[in-house]
Amino acid sequence: MVSSTATTVHTAYDSKIEGNMIVTRVDAAINWMRKNSLWPMPMGLACCAIELMATASSRFDISRFGMEVMRFSPRQADVLIVSGTVTYKMALAVKRIWDQMPEPKWCVAMGACASSGGMYRSYSVLQGIDQLIPVDVYISGCPPRPEALIEGLLELQKKIEGEKSTMAQKQVFFESRS
Amino acid sequence: MSAASDVTRLRATFGEKIVTAVEFRGEQTLLVELDAVHAVLTECRQALDYAMVLDIASVDLLGEEPRFEVVYEIASVDDAKRLRVKTKVAVDVAVPTVTDLWGGADWHEREVWDMMGIPFANHPNLKRILMWEGYPFFPLRKDFPLAGRPSDMPDVAFSDVAPMVGGPFVTCAGGANTVVREPRARPVE
Repeated sequence: MVSSTATTVHTAYDSKIEGNMIVTRVDAAINWMRKNSLWPMPMGLACCAIELMATASSRFDISRFGMEVMRFSPRQADVLIVSGTVTYKMALAVKRIWDQMPEPKWCVAMGACASSGGMYRSYSVLQGIDQLIPVDVYISGCPPRPEALIEGLLELQKKIEGEKSTMAQKQVFFESRS
Repeated sequence: MSAASDVTRLRATFGEKIVTAVEFRGEQTLLVELDAVHAVLTECRQALDYAMVLDIASVDLLGEEPRFEVVYEIASVDDAKRLRVKTKVAVDVAVPTVTDLWGGADWHEREVWDMMGIPFANHPNLKRILMWEGYPFFPLRKDFPLAGRPSDMPDVAFSDVAPMVGGPFVTCAGGANTVVREPRARPVE
């Protein structure tokens, strides 16, 4: 972008002045990097996993958002997408995977079963994965269409945009100084 | 060779041990005494060529004595003939396993054990298959509520009561249109 006159306020990146440098806040930069490379850990438990796979494939393509990298190791993933019915038998395994994910991490409850137990109000189904782990985005549907999953992931991106990353990281430091 | 002729042959061989033989719309069902059920099924497998076990199910006749019924659905491989063999069994009485006759009976019997609590004698691996080892209840018994009961095995699994909010939501089958058939709360009496 080229600056027009001396009275124009520079509110945007001007390549003539700033060259290859962008001046921004640390939080904004960190959040931009995090939201554009969210690597999902697919906790594909049931039918929603098929829709998750469909979203990852070429027609709906979450690679546009940097999310095609499905890391099946929790150590390398950012967002746990719980897609499918969480039975009581599986619940503690999901919790263990969540605990193994390093910060920063987010959780998406995809579909009715992960959000609230879905149609299975019974002795064997955990009534929502939020009984065990903190969920950031709930996506309704049985199963949600790939477009709905993409909208949910974009909502997660918006949530990440608004995070106070350095404050959260250095919380103890900031609190001790005040 | 058909299921009907097999029934006649089995009744001739086993006599009083086959309590009833019912025919309904082409389906043959035998009710057999528990102490003879393994012998009857051996005869079916080896002499009468019922090479497949399709299903082993159980029924909780709460209030009747004996309380449970185990149902074996067997068929020949080309599905030309099918036979249903039932036997009544009381609580905590073991049923002889048929895994020596059909390998496919293994998991079916484990499921019956898991869901109904009917033990199988000489089963190679009688463990719970759907719920977890150590779960204290048998969920498909009639006196167990659909919502479940709380239980806790630390580090293995826990279970809780599901919120029923007025009862299980069931559809009215056979309604005229989808509006009428929508699931409505129907509390258990």
